[in-house]
Amino acid sequence: MTRKQKRLSLIAGGLCVIGVAVLLVMFALSSQIAYFQSPTDIAEGAAPPNQRIRLGGLVVDGSVNQGEGAEVSFGVTDTANTVEVVYNGILPDLFREGQGVVVEGIFEAGNPVFLADSVLAKHDETYMPKEVADSLKEQGVWQGN
Amino acid sequence: MIIELGHYALVLALAAAILQSVVPIIGVRRSDEGLMAMAPVATMATLALVLFSFCVLTWSYLTSDFSVANVWENSHSLKPLIYKFSGVWGNHEGSMLLWVLILVLFSALVAGFGRNLPAELKATVLAVQAWIVTAFLLFILMTSNPFLRLAPAPAEGQDLNPILQDPGLAIHPPLLYLGYVGFSISFSFAVAALINGRIDAAWARWVRPWTLAAWTALTAGIAMGSYWAYYELGWGGWWFWDPVENASFMPWLAGTALLHSALVMEKREALKIWTILLAILTFSLSLLGTFLVRSGVLTSVHSFATDPQRGIFILCILAIFVGGALTLFALRAGTLSQGGLFAPISREGALVLNNLFLTTAAATVLTGTLYPLVLESLTGSKISVGAPFFNLTFGPLMVPLLFIVPFGPLLAWKRGDLWAVTQRLYLAAGLALVTALAVLWFTTGAPVLAAFGVALGVWLIAGSLTDLALRAGFGRAAPSVFLRRLVGLPRSAFGTALAHFGLGVTVIGVVASTVFSTELVTRMKPGDVVEAAGYELAFDGLQPAVGPNFTELQGRFTVTKDGRAIGDITSAKRLYTARRMPTTEAGIMTRGFSQLYVSLGDEGEDGTVVVRVWWKSWITFIWFGAVIMSIGGCISLLDRRLRIGAPTRSRAAKPAAYPEPAE
Repeated sequence: MTRKQKRLSLIAGGLCVIGVAVLLVMFALSSQIAYFQSPTDIAEGAAPPNQRIRLGGLVVDGSVNQGEGAEVSFGVTDTANTVEVVYNGILPDLFREGQGVVVEGIFEAGNPVFLADSVLAKHDETYMPKEVADSLKEQGVWQGN
Repeated sequence: MIIELGHYALVLALAAAILQSVVPIIGVRRSDEGLMAMAPVATMATLALVLFSFCVLTWSYLTSDFSVANVWENSHSLKPLIYKFSGVWGNHEGSMLLWVLILVLFSALVAGFGRNLPAELKATVLAVQAWIVTAFLLFILMTSNPFLRLAPAPAEGQDLNPILQDPGLAIHPPLLYLGYVGFSISFSFAVAALINGRIDAAWARWVRPWTLAAWTALTAGIAMGSYWAYYELGWGGWWFWDPVENASFMPWLAGTALLHSALVMEKREALKIWTILLAILTFSLSLLGTFLVRSGVLTSVHSFATDPQRGIFILCILAIFVGGALTLFALRAGTLSQGGLFAPISREGALVLNNLFLTTAAATVLTGTLYPLVLESLTGSKISVGAPFFNLTFGPLMVPLLFIVPFGPLLAWKRGDLWAVTQRLYLAAGLALVTALAVLWFTTGAPVLAAFGVALGVWLIAGSLTDLALRAGFGRAAPSVFLRRLVGLPRSAFGTALAHFGLGVTVIGVVASTVFSTELVTRMKPGDVVEAAGYELAFDGLQPAVGPNFTELQGRFTVTKDGRAIGDITSAKRLYTARRMPTTEAGIMTRGFSQLYVSLGDEGEDGTVVVRVWWKSWITFIWFGAVIMSIGGCISLLDRRLRIGAPTRSRAAKPAAYPEPAE
């Protein structure tokens, strides 16, 4: 092979790998990301069924109910609207009524109850998930800076 | 008084660093040896001052001096001594001070042991290091002063975040910083080469040990952090593709690529421009990581202090250094001489492929990490990019890379014979195939991908052993000769083989723990028994206990297998009294290379408690593999080859300067 051919084969190989990577990234970004939504967004019909979303808000006071086994249900609210959430597993240590929370999961078609597969509350008592804080500010119920 | 001295020492260190930033450069321009010789002196002075300042802060923690705001916010008089010590860097200000201390330490190592470096290169490298030191000292003094006083002094501190009260804090951040910050040396060498316009194989030989040292520490640091999060967070996960994890993983990927491309440059004088660029990018990713972690712009599951205002300052540092270095690169790269050419099928070719895959993988991780930020600022929609994205993009890129790893060391430089190498790898390929079939045979319903993944790990392990065996002349020489040759192999050959061996071990751990683990969540009352992977766990009930600065509720489980008692697992829910903060302490029992992992949930009104039990197959392989990789790095650092042309004393002293990778 000549110098030029060697260099061309190198560049072609490189472009192939990068091209595959770009396609993978584009595909993954179109299908594997979760949008953050507030209970109001959901009341307005922003959540298509069976698509992963992140739902954030405050845990409604007195709404936490232990179901069968490890199942637990609670309400998530942004004060304007409330969504019922069902979760099967151990709640994080800092999960408390009246505190901010982010849950990730799906709505099944025709079922208004949100099926969560993960519940996020960071290990810090002053923590308020950033998305929740922003969305509460939008609703005008944010207290603090 | 002593606190003010610590503060003052930091200001003096800034002055010394500014001097060190300017004077040696003037010296190089004027070819004035006296001015150039000033660089090591200023470096040592900076080190002494920063070290003093760090000791002062440590002292104020050990004596629980709550008149210092930083100590009051992050310590407590009842805290165990080890956490008073490690708590120094368990907060934003202290951890930045540790960052700078390690940065200055690296400068001092170059100054002290780089006697054989050409005077101009050494002076320029130290000056560039001083630019970074200056930037971060300014950052500390202007936005994150750890020595601020409180008057009147409070009687008791607010305690350290309980999650951080763990031996992990004593080891993980220093190791991680040794890695992160260690890449600053490669960066400074690259910038110095661009400024002076001279670069050759000797340059690569000087840079490689530093890169290797940083890589070794970073590998151990990431593994340590992963294990810490695994047992501390109580979720049973060892890697979350969290922004903060990615922040340390991207420099690791780029650093691994740099390690390999510097090898090509050292041996064959090829890939010069690329190596320079990679050195700049690796440290840029370290800086980006520091920014992501410190600014808190991304939501993370891990615990660390953040402050958005300070983030802007780091962003400016990032922009100046990355922008400046890349501009310099654009201006000067064209003037560097081209290196030697090679055939696509050759050791160089394999290393180029390695670089291609590693940097592309780093780019996809970068995309996934920053995409939510970009999208939110452009469109306002908030998204999260989680594990599914990274599994889909990062995974497929790693498979071909792992597949070609065993070929690399067997191929000849310049022009290799792929067919001959394939024949030598028959045994490794056979072992991998047998493993795949065995996995499919013994585990009912295991996905084909799992068998493939485990086989890939075996392929890497067998491939690295094949490399060692062939180098020592296995089969061609008598066994005694073979053994003698094996022992006499250069240590770098062992380093390479161990690193690739460890990679294979990690791959097996990742695949097996992902596919073969089982999990169950249930509500238990005392006397209940659950079964996991053939083990019976009997719940004995909850018992209160008291620790030095916490109270806890311990759940005890008796583990039996086939009717035989094996031991106990204690899992607890703790409440740290000072902060009124609960944490979960997972109970872990190691069986072979697998682990039983139990964490407790909420107590019900009827005396029951939610229990989550995992069987984690082969999970310890993940961290053992990383430890083997780091040991490979250490052994390679001891190689004789790295001593030639570089100062002899530095080799003798350097390994001692890095702590052994710890579990």
